[in-house]
Amino acid sequence: MPETFPLDHLECVWEKPDTLTETRFHYCPGCGHGVVHKILMEAVKELGIQGDTIGVAPVGCSVFAYHYMDVDMQEAAHGRAAAVATGIKRVLPEKYVYSYQGDGDLAAIGTAETIHAANRGENILVIFINNAIYGMTGGQMAPTSIIGMKTSTTPEGREIATQGFPFKITELIAMLPGAYYVTRQSVHTPNAVRSFKKAVLKAFQAQKEKRGYCLIEVVSNCPSGWKLTPVDANKWMEENMFPVYPIGDLKVEGKLGERMFTQVTKN
Amino acid sequence: MSETRLMKGNEALAEAAIRAGCKGYFGYPITPQSEVVEYLAEEGRQRGMVVMQVESELAAINMVYGAAGAGARVMTSSSSPGISLMQEGLSYIACAELPCLIVNVNRGGPGLGTIQPSQGDYFQATKGGGHGDYHLIVLAPASVQEMADFVYDGFDIADKYRNPVMILADGALGQMMEKVVFKEYTPAEHIPPKPWATVGKPPTRERNIITSLFIQPEKMETINIGLQAKYQRVRENEIRYELVEADDAEVLLVAYGLSSRICKKVVELARQQGLPVGLLRPITLYPYPYEILQELSERISSVLVVEMNSGQMVEDVRLGINGKVPVGFYGRMGGVIPSAEEVLHKVIEMFDRVELKHVEEEYHA
Ligand SMILES: Cc1ncc(C[n+]2csc(CCOP(=O)(O)OP(=O)(O)O)c2C)c(N)n1
Ligand code: SF4
Repeated sequence: MPETFPLDHLECVWEKPDTLTETRFHYCPGCGHGVVHKILMEAVKELGIQGDTIGVAPVGCSVFAYHYMDVDMQEAAHGRAAAVATGIKRVLPEKYVYSYQGDGDLAAIGTAETIHAANRGENILVIFINNAIYGMTGGQMAPTSIIGMKTSTTPEGREIATQGFPFKITELIAMLPGAYYVTRQSVHTPNAVRSFKKAVLKAFQAQKEKRGYCLIEVVSNCPSGWKLTPVDANKWMEENMFPVYPIGDLKVEGKLGERMFTQVTKN
Repeated sequence: MSETRLMKGNEALAEAAIRAGCKGYFGYPITPQSEVVEYLAEEGRQRGMVVMQVESELAAINMVYGAAGAGARVMTSSSSPGISLMQEGLSYIACAELPCLIVNVNRGGPGLGTIQPSQGDYFQATKGGGHGDYHLIVLAPASVQEMADFVYDGFDIADKYRNPVMILADGALGQMMEKVVFKEYTPAEHIPPKPWATVGKPPTRERNIITSLFIQPEKMETINIGLQAKYQRVRENEIRYELVEADDAEVLLVAYGLSSRICKKVVELARQQGLPVGLLRPITLYPYPYEILQELSERISSVLVVEMNSGQMVEDVRLGINGKVPVGFYGRMGGVIPSAEEVLHKVIEMFDRVELKHVEEEYHA
């Protein structure tokens, strides 16, 4: 492409950070994973910590995160990313360690590892992509699927009586004293992206200061799994997911926000 | 500088791990091996080790994965039910080729079973255990001294082959107290550096990736072929066994670990009665000493395999003997330890049968 497109006289207004590799994302059009990857790697670049960062990829759509993120990485078994990250961090306490996980990975099969890493105050950053569905395996129910949500394993919509409630694990983790910074973000608008990036920078700073466990949930979309166009998916997300998973900080500098209590009791 | 101490097997193993420069231990308590984490929690931490009691064996083995992938010499230990939980992680570790040490202080099963010693995990330890085509390298100690020595060896072998090594002991070896001499640990010369470890990527190299995911079948097969070639090298170089009075033996006992101690006594008792009995004690259970069995099969008249299970290693013995001579089995299960007398009784029965065979042959001639 670049050979045929005259770039010489154009001003560069956007560049991908060189902390992302040249490999093209395999994500579906409009999927939030790609944006989150980019912002995360932008933060790594800005902080100048590429050489001191080790990432842990999950099992899920972002299983190949290490194809894109140009840092040393480990691929964890499904759900075990927090344990793998703990292992790395404990033997390399001066390095930055993050895990990147979906809702099935983090809040179903990996619940125990997730909660205990938080409860130990493990000095790591966990990026949690909540798209309320299992993207990789073809759109089955996730623990975070909302009530009434149609998935391939809840064709009539998720119902409380048989499938229980959407699992608000981020609220649960915020309650743990080991958690230092817990926030819920999204990446579907420029403002949201800016806010997410601030959160990432803040979390890495906290890790540098050895403050403890940081969790950034990103309420994200899955146009393919939801069977919606990217634009409709974002609209559906705002209308249906944000009321259950409200955007904002739950815990900052180890202190629970006011909102946290009202949200927990309301939903 | 060496040091002699009187210790439990589990403690000796833990002490040896500290001396071998183990940097991290991740585990979950279970009888009969909790002394390992307890010893390390005190001694290990004081001497600079990361020692973590974590939420489950599942978490423990995945922490081992992470820390081993980050280049650290690390280990875990458990007993049978906990080792079952670790199988997922072991499969990933084997595929990602991460060196580490796993200790199974085998207790009786299946299920929650009993806390008494058993050898019921032989199949699980030697044939893979988790999913996919892989092997652990398995060392079977038979004394408190070897509980310690095999930690040194286990770490070195793991590093040499980038492969998980398992020490397969049992509840009795873990709990018994014996004299143990700690030699000064000097790493084997062949310990390679770990340029593949994820320690943070300097600008001078490509990023390191620890993974077991190879989605293209051709790529996955290349990885499989690589693993198999490695196992072949392991089979060529690492087989270990001990022979006791095997030169003139007519009946050969084959036993490992605790059963081999009992069988040593049986050899002694049998010899006192003038019966030519010998013992082959496999020390590596994977790779298995098939060849020496083949060799011995030319000289002996029968084999008795003694295990604390329903007959697992006996399958490997049959492979090695390859039909040349009859292979008998004697086993106790459920945490029951066979006595030397009951094994001897079985041996005497075999001699009777052998003599009978001679008589029959004479008759036919
Ligand atoms: C032990 C195990 N069980 C099941 C699977 C199959 N599996 C792969 S990804 C996945 C769910 C992923 O969903 P999520 O974590 O929400 O990530 P997403 O794909 O939506 O990004 C499942 C069930 C597996 N790989 N391993
Ligand atoms: S299936 Fe969903 S989560 Fe996976 S890449 Fe496609 S849109 Fe993204």
